[in-house]
This record gives sequence, C-alpha cells and structure tokens, in this order.
Amino acid sequence: MNNLLVLPVLLPLSIAVLLMFFREKIVLQRMIGLIGGIANIAVALAVVFKVRGNGIQTLHLGGWAPPYGIVFVADMFAALLLLAAAVTGLAVLIYSFSSIGRERERHYYYSFFHFLLVGVYGSFLTGDIFNLFVFFEVMLISSYALITLGGDKKQLREAPKYLLINILSSTLFVAAVAYLYAAVGTLNMAHLSLRIAEAGQGGVLNVIAVLFLIVFSLKAGLFLFFWLPGAYGAPPFAVRALFGALLTKVGLYAIIRTFTLIFPGDPSFTHGWIAWMAAATMILGGIGAVAYRDIPRILNYNVLIGVGFVAFGLASATRDSLDGVAFYMLHDIIAKGWMFVLGGMLISAAGTDRLDGMGGLIRRRPGLGWMFFILALALTGIPPLSGFAGKVLIVRGGLEDGMLTLTLVALASSLLTLYSLIKIFREAFWGTEPDSDRDQNRAEELPVDTHKSKPSESLNGGIANISAILLLVVVIVLGVGANGLLGFTSQAGETLANPGLYIEAVLGE
Amino acid sequence: MEWIMAIAIGALFMIGVYLILTKSLLRVILGTSLLTHGVHLLLLTMAGLKRGAAPVLGSGSDSYTDPLPQALILTSIVISFGVTALFFVLAYRAYQTRGTDEIDGEEVGGKGAES
Repeated sequence: MNNLLVLPVLLPLSIAVLLMFFREKIVLQRMIGLIGGIANIAVALAVVFKVRGNGIQTLHLGGWAPPYGIVFVADMFAALLLLAAAVTGLAVLIYSFSSIGRERERHYYYSFFHFLLVGVYGSFLTGDIFNLFVFFEVMLISSYALITLGGDKKQLREAPKYLLINILSSTLFVAAVAYLYAAVGTLNMAHLSLRIAEAGQGGVLNVIAVLFLIVFSLKAGLFLFFWLPGAYGAPPFAVRALFGALLTKVGLYAIIRTFTLIFPGDPSFTHGWIAWMAAATMILGGIGAVAYRDIPRILNYNVLIGVGFVAFGLASATRDSLDGVAFYMLHDIIAKGWMFVLGGMLISAAGTDRLDGMGGLIRRRPGLGWMFFILALALTGIPPLSGFAGKVLIVRGGLEDGMLTLTLVALASSLLTLYSLIKIFREAFWGTEPDSDRDQNRAEELPVDTHKSKPSESLNGGIANISAILLLVVVIVLGVGANGLLGFTSQAGETLANPGLYIEAVLGE
Repeated sequence: MEWIMAIAIGALFMIGVYLILTKSLLRVILGTSLLTHGVHLLLLTMAGLKRGAAPVLGSGSDSYTDPLPQALILTSIVISFGVTALFFVLAYRAYQTRGTDEIDGEEVGGKGAES
C-alpha cells in the first residue's frame, strides 16, 4: 500500500479543474500548468525510485482488497513510462505557450491538456481491466476535445472520423471485457492472469485475446492505422506532439500489458499475430514515410514505424527484447514528442508544410536544422543517442528467437526512417530559398499562426526553443546514460517476462 | 431467456453496423448509439441472467445476483451518453462549417474551397 500512486492521477486532475476558473487569465493558466508539469515530473521520479528501491508498489483504492476493489499498480515499466510521459508533457506544454494561439488558450486548451494527462497516467497505473477502459475514455474524450478545438475546416472534416473509429473500438473493448468476465469471472489483471493460467489458454480465451488485440491495435495504430495519418494531420502541432507521443503509446502499453500479463499462455498463436501486424506496420509506415512530400504526413508515418518496432519487440518476447521494449518505449515517447515540436517549428519558420516550397533554412535557423539532424540520428538509433540501446536489445531478442525476416524488416524500417527524415533535412535546410510567391497558401496551411499576435513572434520562438532544447537534452542524456538506465529497464523487463512477480505483488499481501 | 437476449443483441449490432456504414453523419451517430446499447445488453447477458435476490447483506437469501455487471454497464452508459452528446454537437458544427453532413462528402459553400 502506498498512497503516492494516486498522485500522478490526482495532480493533473486538480490542475485541470483549477484551470477552468481562470478562463481569461492566460498568463496565470500558463504558470499553473507549468508548476503542475514540473510537479508531475517530481512525482513520477519519486515513483520510479520507490519502485527501484522497494519493488512493485500497489494501492488498494477505497481500502478494498485486490480481487474485489480497483487496484493501482506501479511496476518499473509503468513508472518509467509515467516519467517519460511527464517529461514530454511538460515540453509540449511549453511548446503550446508559443504555438497554440490565444483563442484556444481562452477555450480551456490547458484544461483538456491536463485531462488528457490524467487519462494517460491512469492507464499506465491501473491494475484493473475495466478501469483501464475508463481511463482510456478519459484520455480519448479529452483528445476529442483537443482535435476539435479551434474548429477550422480540416479539423471538422477529420474529427468525426476520429471520434467514430474510437467509439467503435471502445464498444469492442466493452464487448471484450464482457466475454472475458463471462469466461473467467474477474476483472483484476493479476487475478485474470492467475485464473487463465489455471484454466489453460484455449480456444475461447484466444478469441478474446485477439479481440483485445484488435481493440488496442486500433488505438495504438498497430496495423489498423488507416485513420491515423489523416486524424493526426488536423490539429495544431502541439496537439499532434501530444497525440503522437502519448496516445499511440498508451495503446501499445495496453497491448504489452495484456499480452505479457493476461494472455502469455499461447505465444505461438497470439504473438504470431502480433509479429505479422508489426511487420506490416513497419513496412507500410516506411513506405508512407518515404512516399509523401509534405512534412505532416512524413512525421505521422514515422510514428507508425515506432509502433511497429515496439510490437516486434513484444512479438519475440525474449528477456532481451522485453528490456528493449521498455527502453525503446521510453525513447519513443520523448523522441516522437520532440519530432512534432521540431516539425511544428520548422513549418512555422518555412511558412508552408510542403517540402517543395522550402529550402535554405539552415541560414536563418541553424539551431533548428542541426536539432532536426540529431533527431533523425536518434530515431534511426545511432549510438550516442537514445534510440540505440533499445534497438540493439530488441534486435538481439528477435535474433535469439529466430525471427530473421522480421529482424531484417525492422532494420530496414530504421533505414527508411533515416531516409525520410534526412530528406526533410536536406530539402528544407539546404538548397536555395524558394521565391516568395507562395504566400497565398500560408494562411490556410497555418491556422495557428493566424491567431497569433505578430509582435511577440521572437519571444514565441524563444519559448519554442526552450521546449525543443529540453527534449534534446533528455534524448542525449538517455543515450549517454544508457548504461545506468539499463538497470531500470531490465527491472521493467523482468516484471514483463515474469508475470508471477506482478501477481505476487498485487494479490500476495 | 438468454436466446431472446442473443437475438436482441444481434439485431442491435446488425442495425448499428448498417447505420454506421451509411454516409450521413446523423445516421452514423445513431448507429454508434445502438451499437453501444447492444454491447451493454451483451455485458448483462454474458455475466449471467440469474434470478437471485438483490445483492444486499442481511436480506436473508442464499443466492444473490452478481452486482458487478450492472456497475460496469452504468459506467459505460454514462460514458457513451457523454460521447454521443459530444458527437451530436460536433456533427452539427461540422454541418454548419462544411455545409454537408456526409463523412468525406464534398464541401458546399462555407469559407471557400480548400483541399
């Protein structure tokens, strides 16, 4: 029992509610949000070190013992993701100050932002599958608000589709929970794991497992990602950063949690499915990233490559690859947040989102250019940066498990990532600056900028830089300090590989 | 009793899926709403339609109905109610701005053509 675990949920929740009272006082809203973001990181750090020192922490909400009440569980995997999400959340919040525009700030943008974080943190911490559904909904409803907020045409075209696909997957989620409850009669994840292990994971449970896989894949963008490139292209870049970094990762977290804890019994069947979906995601994501010539789509398809890569690590499910999954998820949350922040800065500097209309930006924005270059290297997995350790572990796990084809696909997808991002780097930052007769597109491409007050532009650039540099430092620290971090991620991988530890921590007291 | 429920759930799913596959946003929303009703009935039925006493301590009966599915359904109803309301508002707003209530439909009028 440890009351610390409720703080990551309680803190953003109270901040979100508090912010509603200061609708017109935007500076105050920013300050409160900033303090809340820093406090969240502190709480997440406390959770990480508590788990590091004392093992898995649990909290029985309302004092009800586990199989009956809802339980919050923080193992190392959840704690690390909590920390990564808190860091990315803070950076995106700072980026929002400069890019989101006054109208959105007046219309409760920061409240929705924090409600979304409530859903994300809650999904990481909960140990009850129906509670996971509830936190998913908290997160999704905030994301509905964020994707619609502003109400320009593109958003209103994409938002109904986004809502529809998520309502459908939530409906299937409830159906899957109904079948699961009928089959084993409990909803606590640890208890589920125990009962399914006793009963043996046969035909019916495999069907339920696949139903869960479909539900979570729809949310994570694993193979069932047809909605993602369009929907993530609609809202402003700060919101995209939040979605790309956190929403897909929560779906992935749910897949990893269910298939390491609840349904690990029949890997040749379930993990075979995951393997093929991962391969297809990496291939199609890679093709998309290489094929398109507008920056938002290239970035969106890069999100998919990351999702496929983590799923590949889960599919091989050896000890090494699970360590790698923990490490790579950490890296991916931060790097994808950074990618969208840099993408947003790049597009507002260039004034268009088409690669054809860009060039020569390195003269005006050298810092941005080199950060983008480092980003490309980090996402590819070049050694001193954060992507390396995770990729090595996942690839090694894949080879140990004999998945040669899939390993090659994963490595090729890294190459495609590199190619697609270097393409942006080369064409946007080098070459000659195009003529300025492209201005008629500007206003439409950049709904954010039209609301922005012009005189504070240099100040805004400064704030955005702070956010980008914060994430740059984190990416470098994750890479350089990988050796120290491996202790943490291998504790996370140990729990994932051995569900007994989780069960004992939840039910053993 | 279960077979009646099964037919009802099947019918709700069938109509829901049909409505979701139509173009008009209004029908799609009605479809999602019917689909969630179907899922709630499914949850109720899957957990077993027992005819025990109300699950209150000290009511002196031996067999109790499982109260958990009702709690789950209640939660799910509240969520789907909120989401449906939001979806209706969004659809109305999209109709006002885009001049059509078709998903992916051609935009009519509004603030000029945009890709």
